[in-house]
Amino acid sequence: MNLNVTMIAQAITFFVFILFCAKFVWPPLIRALEARQKQIADGLAAGEEGRQSLERAAKDADAAIAQARSRASEIVAQAEKRVSQMIEEAKSTAKVEGERLVAGAKAEIEQEVSRAKEMLRTQVATLAVAGAEQILKREVDAKAHAEMLAAMQRQL
Amino acid sequence: MAAGQELTPTSYIGHHLTNRTVSLGDSPFWTLHLDTFLTAFTLGVIGFGLMWWVVSGATSGVPNKRQAFVEMLIEFVDDQVKGIFHGNRAFVGPLALTVFVWVLLMNAMDFIPVDLVAWFTGNVLQQHEWKPVPTSDINTTFALALSVWLLMLFYNVKVKGIGGWTHELFCTPFGGNPLLWIFNFLFNLVEYISKPLSHSLRLYGNIYAGEIIFMLLWMWAATGLVGSVFGGVLALGWAIFHILIVVLQAYIFMMLTAVYMAMAHESH
Repeated sequence: MNLNVTMIAQAITFFVFILFCAKFVWPPLIRALEARQKQIADGLAAGEEGRQSLERAAKDADAAIAQARSRASEIVAQAEKRVSQMIEEAKSTAKVEGERLVAGAKAEIEQEVSRAKEMLRTQVATLAVAGAEQILKREVDAKAHAEMLAAMQRQL
Repeated sequence: MAAGQELTPTSYIGHHLTNRTVSLGDSPFWTLHLDTFLTAFTLGVIGFGLMWWVVSGATSGVPNKRQAFVEMLIEFVDDQVKGIFHGNRAFVGPLALTVFVWVLLMNAMDFIPVDLVAWFTGNVLQQHEWKPVPTSDINTTFALALSVWLLMLFYNVKVKGIGGWTHELFCTPFGGNPLLWIFNFLFNLVEYISKPLSHSLRLYGNIYAGEIIFMLLWMWAATGLVGSVFGGVLALGWAIFHILIVVLQAYIFMMLTAVYMAMAHESH
C-alpha cells in the first residue's frame, strides 16, 4: 500500500482511455441518439400536422355541405317565389286581356246598334215619305223636300 | 501459492494482498505494480474496445440489442452528468463514462474468487502474487482521483482565469472582506486537499474491505466441511451484496467526478 510509479502509469492509462472515449465512443453514439431523437420528433410533428389537416378538412367539408344546403333551399325558395309571381302575372294579363275583349265586344255591339238605328231611320224616313205621298196623293218632289226630309230624319 | 511456503492465515491473506512488483529504478518509488497496471489496462481495452466496436456500427434507426445496451449505458451517464454539469459535455461526458465503466470493471474483478485468479496467474501466466482487483490498490484510486483533481484545477484556470480563480480562493465562501481572506483561503485549501483524498480513499476502502471479507470467508471455507458450507453460503451472500457496492462505488466515483468538474466550471 505504498504510492509509487504505478500511480503515474495508471493516470496515463486513464487519460488514454478518456481521450479514446471522447474521440471514438462518445461522439458517434451521441450523434446517433440525437439523430434518432430528431427523427422521432419529426415523426410526431408530422403526425400532429396530419391530424390537424384532417380536422381542417372535415371542418371544410362540413362548411361546404352546409353552404350547399342553404344554397339549395335558397334556390327552391326563389323558384317558388318565381312560380307564384308568374302565376300572378298570368292572372293579371288574362284579366286585362279579358277586359279588353269585353270592351271590344261592347264597342262592336254599340256600333251595330247605331248602324241598325241608322238603317232604321233611313227606312222610317222612306216609309214616312211613302206615307205622305199616299196621303197627299200626289207626287212629292223628293228633291224639293229633301231638306225638310233630312231635318225630319235628324229629329227621329 | 509459491511452492515450499507454509500455509498460514497470515501468509494466505498476505499472499493475496501482495502486488506483483517490477522494479524500474533504484528508489522504492520506481516500483511498478505489474498486476494492477496490466489488469486495469486489459479491462479498459476490453471494455472500451467493445464499446468502440458497438458504436462504430451504430445506427440512428432501430438499434440492435448490443447497441441498445451501450446506448442505455451512455444515456445513463449522460443523464447523470446533465443533472450536475451545465455546459458543453463534449469532454466531461466521456470523462464520466470512462470513470464509470473502468471503475466498474476493475471493481467487478472482486467477483472472481481470488484463488481462481491465483491459479490462473500462477499456472498459466507463471506470475505469483498477482492481486486481481486494481481498485484495491491505492495507486489506482489515487491516480484516478488526482487526475480528476488536476483536470479540476485546469478547468478552474481555463474557465475563470488565474485572476478569477484566485479571487474565488480568497473571497469565497465567507465573503470578500480583506479580514476574511485568510479564512477563505484556508477553507478552500482544506477543501482542495480533502477532495482527492476522500475521492480516492472511499473507493479504495470499500473495495479493499470487500476483498478482505472474501478472503476471511475463503479461509473459513478451508477449515473443513462445515466451514466450507458456511463460508460458501456467506461468500455468496457477500458477493450478492458486493454487486451493490461495486456498482455503487463506481457510480459515486463518476458522480463526484462530474460534481468536481461542475464546480470548476461554475463561478461564484
